[in-house]
Amino acid sequence: MAITKVVMPKLSEAMETGKIIKWLKKEGDRVNGGDILAEVETDKADVEMEAFGGGVLRKILVPEGDRAPVGAMIAVIAEPGEDIATVVAGASGAQAQGAPGGNGKAAMAGQAGGASPRETDVARPRGGGIERSEARERAGEAREPVSSNDRIKASPLAKKVAAQSGVDLRLVHGSGPGGRIVRKDVEAAHTTTGAGVPQGRVPAPSIGAATGPEFEDRPLSQMRAIIAKRMPLSKAPVPHFYVSSEVAMDRAWELREELNGLEGQPKISVNDFVVRACAIALLHHPGVNASFQGESIRVYHRAHIGIAVALDDGLITPVLRDCHAKSLGQIAIESRDLAERARARKLRAPEMSGATFSISNLGMFDVTEFSAIINPPEGAILAVGTVRKVPVVDESGLGVGRRMMLTISCDHRVMDGAMGARFLQDVKRLLEEPLRLLV
Amino acid sequence: MAGQTFDVVVVGTGPGGYVSAIRCAQLGLSVAAVEDDRPGGVCLNWGCIPTKALLRNAEVVHLFHRAEEFGIKVSGFEADYAEAVRRSRRVADRMAKGVEFLFRKNKITLVPGRGVLKSATTVEVTGSSGTTTLEGRAVILATGSEPRSLPGVTIDEKRVLSSNGAVRNEARPASLIVIGAGAVGVEFADVYSAYGTAVTVLEALPRIVPIEDEEVAAQLTRIFNRRKIETKTGVKVQSVTASDKGVTVATDAGTFEAEQVLMAVGRAAKVKDVGLDRLGVQMDRSFVKVSPMMETSVKGVYAIGDMAGAPLLAHKAMAEGVVAAEAIAGKSPRPVDYGNVPSCTYCRPQVASIGLSEAKAKENGRAIAVGKFPFTASGKAVALGDTDGFVKVVADKTTGEILGVHILGPEATEIIHEFAVGRTLEATLEEIIHTIHAHPTLSEAALEATLAALGQAIHL
Repeated sequence: MAITKVVMPKLSEAMETGKIIKWLKKEGDRVNGGDILAEVETDKADVEMEAFGGGVLRKILVPEGDRAPVGAMIAVIAEPGEDIATVVAGASGAQAQGAPGGNGKAAMAGQAGGASPRETDVARPRGGGIERSEARERAGEAREPVSSNDRIKASPLAKKVAAQSGVDLRLVHGSGPGGRIVRKDVEAAHTTTGAGVPQGRVPAPSIGAATGPEFEDRPLSQMRAIIAKRMPLSKAPVPHFYVSSEVAMDRAWELREELNGLEGQPKISVNDFVVRACAIALLHHPGVNASFQGESIRVYHRAHIGIAVALDDGLITPVLRDCHAKSLGQIAIESRDLAERARARKLRAPEMSGATFSISNLGMFDVTEFSAIINPPEGAILAVGTVRKVPVVDESGLGVGRRMMLTISCDHRVMDGAMGARFLQDVKRLLEEPLRLLV
Repeated sequence: MAGQTFDVVVVGTGPGGYVSAIRCAQLGLSVAAVEDDRPGGVCLNWGCIPTKALLRNAEVVHLFHRAEEFGIKVSGFEADYAEAVRRSRRVADRMAKGVEFLFRKNKITLVPGRGVLKSATTVEVTGSSGTTTLEGRAVILATGSEPRSLPGVTIDEKRVLSSNGAVRNEARPASLIVIGAGAVGVEFADVYSAYGTAVTVLEALPRIVPIEDEEVAAQLTRIFNRRKIETKTGVKVQSVTASDKGVTVATDAGTFEAEQVLMAVGRAAKVKDVGLDRLGVQMDRSFVKVSPMMETSVKGVYAIGDMAGAPLLAHKAMAEGVVAAEAIAGKSPRPVDYGNVPSCTYCRPQVASIGLSEAKAKENGRAIAVGKFPFTASGKAVALGDTDGFVKVVADKTTGEILGVHILGPEATEIIHEFAVGRTLEATLEEIIHTIHAHPTLSEAALEATLAALGQAIHL
């Protein structure tokens, strides 16, 4: 049987350390792959951590209440008879180095422990959204991303090809001796699974999700390359520009009241309308649903929308995946659930990253209009103001109308003004003819 | 010994057969090995090993001719070719006995006679003492290959020889035409020429050692011609006529006459009378079709070595033998990497290569970097007085992947292996240049050629 080193998982892009809130298994408990081992507090949320690899929880290295850097070994799972002394000794040496400053050096634990072929340096967040592959099960090797600081067994050629094709080696299954990653593994990952997407972006399987590739990488045109080079110099690091439009919300407002009057239906907010409209529009304007990748622009074929949720001490943007494939009611239910769990800090790691576009709504604060800062690597963010009653003039004369201001902030490296404007025009039309949101 | 049952019955004990038998035994399987000649097959008895002994003799003769260069005066030395052949036989005998010893050591039952597959688990062996039947849970076929001829040309082993005849031919002809300039052809050309035979090599393809890199072939041609070995390429042989006095070879480029002809036009898999048809074993042209685990279309029947397809090389057969044995023992061996089989020719200077030639690499549409280092710039080669040849490294320009390496020169067949290991580990040019190579060695030329591919050769 294998010795499984449980390491502090990296649960968000920015996470450097995690705090063990509670161990749900004691030393000596038998654990199976998938069992919840512990609750971990990160900078953004409390996350349940699953065991990967079965055996007996032989040793807990980080007690409740203590913090450990990402990648540091926090426990050891092994069969009762197995000698874990070397593995544990390797961890404590590394921990002693890294713990005081918490500067992430302890994340080298995997290396110090001497990664033997059968050791799996992983723990995974619950609901990690990564399917177990049959091949991995067979080989008894891990495919879950190991922490970025852990040694990855890969051939020199595999490393170069990975670097050139943007494949994340942590997500590649090695077919060589002892799970060593060789060139063909990287090539296979590049062409079939899109392992270039960091962990959090692997979409959670969801009903109704579109099939086909997650994204495509379009080469930069000459002009785009120049724009891409110059724009950051004018406003580092992301050159923003802003496009605003006023939307007549009268019909959407009526429709919403009508829908919310139906019994047994979820309550739908104005923001849900905006999310739905954006999702539809994003698919028609892939240039807006895009991310600047240095050498190319990654155009997403799915609309994963980040919805900014204000917290007492900050802001979090949970991601509602595959919005284009979700009905208004589904969006309403799921975004409410996300917002509630965000406030309770009970979000799962994959729910906190991987957005292709974001929406920030300050309507509840009676904000007329504002502009938002783009959340890289996304290419744009929509700022939504409150729906207010204003005097309007039409053929019949002066009347009262409901109006809402939308301001989109765009990454100029990815798109130009007209692109942002056309997208906004579409969002406006969808909201002004809201029945389109129901079909 | 009628009706004995084994875990594995191996038919043929050439390099593929004996290695698979030993590996099976190591894995705890009971093994019977069937052989109708001597253990060791063509390789040990008639091919690789005895020809290497002859080539060593040729080298010694060559050094005697060069003695003065080293300040040694030799007067009236005599090179006895018959004795060279006898030495070569002794070497082969010793190696064959070595295989017999290994069989005893590994408790492998050697069954003399000709093995024919009767069912997927039955091999009938007909020997001098009658017929016996062996039962095996699995059968490994390793019957090998035999020299081919051209249509209408009969090999009589008197005027028209095959490599089998040439290797034991104690009577060296005054003149010899070698038809076919592959490894076998150029090695015999080298041997006979060193002993004073006037040798003409005829090759149908545009160059000698046709599977090797063009530059290697071009330089080897120049070296051979300098040594008065005549090479005619792009020549189609029309007929070979033997008479009492000698042999006449008619070609589209004129008529050639010599005392003997050596047919070195390749080898054909021995797949007849093995019992393949009866079992419906699928073929792939003239070879037995096998899976990556070396299993034929009939479950439990494996085929390895020359009969299982190109390249027809002893070391490829050995690698296949190991895969078959481990597959039978229930392990999951890594399949043979056919893209990484070294090719070696032991003429002087030696030729060794692995991977793609420069031309092939270009054909594959890759941006390549080529580094070349001549042995004239190698201190060790100059000290040895063996400065003919070069090391050429072909790499992928963007990744530094080692696509192919081609060596012409002293001990080329030994130097090649650092690249074989490197390619197995997927090392790139950088890993080779970060490896310290001892000075002075011939292997430094490998390092320098690698550096040259990166535009960093020091000694050039």
